Amino acid sequence: MVLPAVFFAVFFAWPVASIVGRGLRTDTGWQFGRIGEVLTRPDLLDVLWFTTWQAVASTVLTLLIALPAAYVFARYDFRGKQLLRAVVTVPFVLPTVVVGTAFLALVGRGGLLDEAWGVRLDTTVWAILLAHVFFNYAVVVRTVGGLWSQLDPRQEEAARVLGAGRFAAWRRVTLPALAPAVASAALMVFLFTFSSFGVVLILGGPAFSTLEVEIYRQTAQLLDLPTAAVLTMVQFAAVTAILAVHGWTVRRRETALRLVDPATTAHRPRGAGQWALLGAVLGTVLVLIVAPLAVLVERSLSGPDGYGFTYYRALRTADGTFLVPPVEAIWNSLQYALAATAIALLVGGLAATALTRRAGRFVRGFDALLMLPLGVSAVTVGFGFLITLDEPPLDLRTSWILVPLAQALVGVPFVVRTMLPVLRAVDDRLREAAAVLGASPLRAWREVDLPMVRRALLIAAGFAFAVSLGEFGATVFIARPDRPTLPVAVARLLGRVGDLSYGQAMALSTILMLVCAVSLLLLERIRTDRTGEF
Amino acid sequence: MNTRLRRAIGTALIGALGVGTLAACGDEGAKDTSSKGTESKTVTLVSHESFTASDPVLQAFTKETGYTVKVLKSGDAGTALNQEILTKGSPRGDVFFGVDNTLLSRALDNDIFVPYEAKGLERIPDAVQLDKDKHRVTPVDTGDICVNYDKKYFADKKLAPPQSFDDLIKPAYKNLLVTENAATSSPGLGFLLGTVGKYGEEGWQDYWKKLKANGVKVVDGWEQAYNQEFSGSAAGRKANADRPLVVSYASSPPVEVLYAEPQPAEAPTGVSTGTCFRQTEFAGLLKGAKNEEGGKALLDFLISKRFQEDMPLNMFVNPVVRDAKLPELFTEHGVTIDKPETVAPETIAKNREQWVQAWSSLVVK
Repeated sequence: MVLPAVFFAVFFAWPVASIVGRGLRTDTGWQFGRIGEVLTRPDLLDVLWFTTWQAVASTVLTLLIALPAAYVFARYDFRGKQLLRAVVTVPFVLPTVVVGTAFLALVGRGGLLDEAWGVRLDTTVWAILLAHVFFNYAVVVRTVGGLWSQLDPRQEEAARVLGAGRFAAWRRVTLPALAPAVASAALMVFLFTFSSFGVVLILGGPAFSTLEVEIYRQTAQLLDLPTAAVLTMVQFAAVTAILAVHGWTVRRRETALRLVDPATTAHRPRGAGQWALLGAVLGTVLVLIVAPLAVLVERSLSGPDGYGFTYYRALRTADGTFLVPPVEAIWNSLQYALAATAIALLVGGLAATALTRRAGRFVRGFDALLMLPLGVSAVTVGFGFLITLDEPPLDLRTSWILVPLAQALVGVPFVVRTMLPVLRAVDDRLREAAAVLGASPLRAWREVDLPMVRRALLIAAGFAFAVSLGEFGATVFIARPDRPTLPVAVARLLGRVGDLSYGQAMALSTILMLVCAVSLLLLERIRTDRTGEF
Repeated sequence: MNTRLRRAIGTALIGALGVGTLAACGDEGAKDTSSKGTESKTVTLVSHESFTASDPVLQAFTKETGYTVKVLKSGDAGTALNQEILTKGSPRGDVFFGVDNTLLSRALDNDIFVPYEAKGLERIPDAVQLDKDKHRVTPVDTGDICVNYDKKYFADKKLAPPQSFDDLIKPAYKNLLVTENAATSSPGLGFLLGTVGKYGEEGWQDYWKKLKANGVKVVDGWEQAYNQEFSGSAAGRKANADRPLVVSYASSPPVEVLYAEPQPAEAPTGVSTGTCFRQTEFAGLLKGAKNEEGGKALLDFLISKRFQEDMPLNMFVNPVVRDAKLPELFTEHGVTIDKPETVAPETIAKNREQWVQAWSSLVVK
């Protein structure tokens, strides 16, 4: 508990508090009057209103679309399931500029929808909502599906034998068991969409603005730190309120569950209904996730004279913008992401363990605290880093470690949220039984806890890795020019005029996609190799 | 044994694992920062994302002066400057490059620079020496924000491309122009300032009303405007973009040629020369710099002929010194803007927020 607490205090609470303090304090003392001033500005109230309702709508839509998929991924066996699970996570790592481009190709002017039915969704709120589903689909599929696949289906069967209808059995047995995971997923989706930045900018056009966009504008562009500080506090308060509600509704439902090997719960779909459900889910994935990704791949391959690898070859040469060939960004990204994943697993794992073992108000507050980085803007954290971590022994402003640290900050909530439901589901009596039978503490941990959480640990690692791989907002502040990450390199290429630059950006995005998918597949592979031990 | 001890051992294990991985990565990273012992021989340049210089030129600087340049880039021009203001007194580097005339007053008001008169300043025209009395900043390059047009579109339509601000509000060019959000994008702001320069503090709002009535489209950033909306760019052609006019830079056409494969004989885009706003970028020695001597040498170097002639093909801007020659690519495919619009930095500083606010409610909302 100490390590995560220190980590958050030093790398999150202190920088954020400093920058907010800088905004609200002048030579003449604290400027609390600014709070009222900002909060009564009608344009900012509009921003707050839009931020909230679009986040609610996005979360509901994502749950509606992704929950059936979580079920399908948990309970059905079909060819290419692992690959598909990796593919749905890919959107997570892609720079929003790139995704925006792909999305516009589908729902924008001259896009597929436009040509088929004359429907154009660009600069409407629908484009924003759909893109949010695209980005957050994996959050639901992976967190909910992860737990679902470990729930023993026989409990539901037992209920049915005892006379419960299919739906009643599900509602009484499975739903309560799933509730914590669903709530966790909903919370993360909400936090992501509440603090949405790139998607709103690109697909919504300048007419839509979220709090996050406004904070960025006030901080990075206008240097109006007082206004930014007030807005940061508003966002903070909103996120805290959500977390409180979440904690209140979920806590009592988390109980010890009987977890089983996922391999025994999944089966091939049977009957027309199940095949139809599988088909519907696959169709949704195809349209919503695979199609935009395919557009990117297509663009990366379509050179000036037909399809080919021109743009990929061009990535091997360094030029003015790149001191090193852009392909080297792959290696940089992997290194940073590995380090960030290690930090996130360490900090998040310890925090989740501490949260499972102890109760009390303080611990619950800590639980909420760990989620806050998802709801605080990258620019606030980035600027906070800048003014706090500037003195020895923490003069990290030009150090490479700052990148993985900032990335881990966003990864930790995923680790905690994924591991918590599973850890809480482990029956403490199992540990006690092991101890009674003479197992050493280490052995008991290895034989009882580890097998139970290994899957959650890997899912968490996958998330942390994907988040780190795709992190842009904080990285762009601190990445060193000779070691750009993949998203930073893509952004640099997109910022440059010319056929070749654009093609290279698409090629590099495709590589980013592949790196992510392959890494996640490897993670899944590790898991299946070990299922024998379960 | 109690649960707590078991837990402790477990955590120690995970910890060891994590730290091990970290250490493995750390070794790799440490190599790059191991030059600590030779601190005084390193001079650090802080800049925005667009700064680039070719390797041989930076090596030449090391050869001449013995200093190695380390570059730290972050964010766009506004963000990078704001970071310097926030870290005032304890800067990350010695020299900052990339404050332009639209933000100059903010930098000077916050007093982040130490005056230094760079060697070779006499080769720079007075018009761009905006802090001539105090030399807190040194001009390094100029660039023009102008409307670019899709040559093919206008040739196919047998329509002359617009050449001036006045042309843009003519019915013939209805629904053709896309520009950037002046609140978030530097070319967007430049274009707005161009209209202020042209029509004055009284008249620009009227002009924008007409421009809006004539169907101007506003998107958030240059990337979207140029790559997704502008029909003349390579990306725009693929995306079936339908706006043949975009706010970009006077140097965009030569870049279209440079980064094409194969390079075309003629640039696919042109510049409306009467729609330009001139930006000048400055560099300055940071207050609290650890290596002041190195910083001064670097400032001298930034306006040396060698660096100035290297700039155009790296950052796509124009040199400021009279004796620098433009590369062939620029003279062949580029244009020189004889009468760009300008607005005094103090006027911009005083009104920027208010203009952008007014512009937003006029055009975006």
